Amino acid sequence: MINQVYRLVSARQIEVSYTDRALSAKHVVIRPTHLSICAADQRYYTGSRGEEVMQQKLPMALIHEAVGEVAYDPEGILPVGTKVVMIPNHPVEEDPHIGENYLPSSKFSSSGYDGFMQDYVFLKRDRICVLPDDIDMNIASFTELVTVAMHAIARFEAKASSRRGSFGVWGDGNLGFITSLLLKFLYPDCRVTVFGKTGYKLSQFSFVDDCLFINDIPADYRIDHAFECVGGKGSQDAINQMITHVRPEATLSLLGVSEYPTEINTRLVLEKGLLLIGSSRSNAEDFQRTVDLYTQQPKILQYLATLVGSTQEVTTVQEVIQAFEKDLASSWGKSVMLWKI
Amino acid sequence: MIYAGILAGGKGTRMGNVPMPKQFLTLNDKAIIIHTLEKFILSNRIDAIYIAVPKEWVQYTKDLIQKHQLHIDKVQVIEGGAERNETIMQVVQTIEQQYGLQEEDILLTHDAVRPFLTHRIINENIDAGLAYGAVDTVISAIDTIVDSEDGEFISEIPVRSRMFQGQTPQTFNMMKLKELYSKLTEEEKDILTDACKIFALKGEKVKLVRGESFNIKVTTPYDLNVANAILKGSLDR
Repeated sequence: MINQVYRLVSARQIEVSYTDRALSAKHVVIRPTHLSICAADQRYYTGSRGEEVMQQKLPMALIHEAVGEVAYDPEGILPVGTKVVMIPNHPVEEDPHIGENYLPSSKFSSSGYDGFMQDYVFLKRDRICVLPDDIDMNIASFTELVTVAMHAIARFEAKASSRRGSFGVWGDGNLGFITSLLLKFLYPDCRVTVFGKTGYKLSQFSFVDDCLFINDIPADYRIDHAFECVGGKGSQDAINQMITHVRPEATLSLLGVSEYPTEINTRLVLEKGLLLIGSSRSNAEDFQRTVDLYTQQPKILQYLATLVGSTQEVTTVQEVIQAFEKDLASSWGKSVMLWKI
Repeated sequence: MIYAGILAGGKGTRMGNVPMPKQFLTLNDKAIIIHTLEKFILSNRIDAIYIAVPKEWVQYTKDLIQKHQLHIDKVQVIEGGAERNETIMQVVQTIEQQYGLQEEDILLTHDAVRPFLTHRIINENIDAGLAYGAVDTVISAIDTIVDSEDGEFISEIPVRSRMFQGQTPQTFNMMKLKELYSKLTEEEKDILTDACKIFALKGEKVKLVRGESFNIKVTTPYDLNVANAILKGSLDR
């Protein structure tokens, strides 16, 4: 079969290309239906990854947050039409000590390897996760982002000290919203405080115990553990504030991507005996855990629904470009492309 | 029900001196007809797919499908007719024998040698077919179309913005198609080589669905070279 792949060829330029795929025993074939635009996609789309990275990684199809429906299962296990979330990480080896999302050999969709902007996506069976049949696919489209928070919390759970009275989440964007939401549901007895800088964004966090402006944190404010969901140039200030406001022996989970080296107050890190955990992407287990949580705690989906910023039907490459441009102009929430191309 | 008919009845004389019809020639080492069939198999709205090929190629096509592990219940190979419309009517007749015809049943007919079609084109054909009863897939004409009655001098140059180039699929309500076709005289059947034209001439509305410039018909050796080049040029990742 000739499969259309919609690839970014240079900044703001997307072209259709074609790959030959066979309906074989190896892959389940998925028709993507809802694609969510991520900040990482935008860094490629706008060309802000820098010329060298662009040259090395393009042409490449963007989008790693997406859901779809089973179009063909060679073994007939999943009925046609089954709703699934697609896992963008593709490990090619196993290591007993290194997780699949930390193996340098793993391929990641829309980072050097084609993402989900395709007519059909061919995936190994362990790279799909079945969704509840009645789920709102607009919300489910950014499940991958939810799994990133889920993964960071799983790492925290495995490594942090057992004192779990309060959490601080730095960042009032999408990832900060999702991380604080999951913390609130997974640790219902703990206090969750969000630290942000934009009033109208902080007002979305109706489920947390406290919202504080980063310029207005009481000097003696203390939390047991912190999660950084800021990224970019703001990472440095966020991490240093976290170091200041956590109690000794706390854990700092770092999720925000920064293109720049970050200076942090190591004196205080040493003094307080802090544990910094880097966290990136997620693995297949995180997807299953997240989907299970959707079923167990359906209220989470109601909160996630408030993150759906815009949905746009896409039937041409030009409309894909319009969707990316509209997302750039949006200050809150996720942009979802209804994939009708 | 929604049916698809992949039309491969031709012997492909335009391809020149090759030992088999064009639909069996290979694109990236796979028969063109298999590329096309795979796309239809993936459309979950289609209930049954009929591939109409010349009589002497029926078994060959079945073997080919077997070889590519596409022996799926909803796929059947049947013998096509001498002309395009005859082939379509063979498909309709087979469906009628197997399932009976219902008022809302539609048939997507598609050239076997257009393997570049997309999910969207199939899907929009189904939607428009159910809503309007007749559908043609087209793209806006890029070149100016020149009308010449004698092939020597221009008779007319139609307004380009109103000109479209026809592709496939073409989709029809099967009962309507059968009714209109049965009313044609033998002479009309000879002239009306395009099934959409039957609908248009009989005053029926035919809805347009946007095709794609890359939804090309692989008919000549040149087309085959172009198609292979397009595909190979894209296999870098």
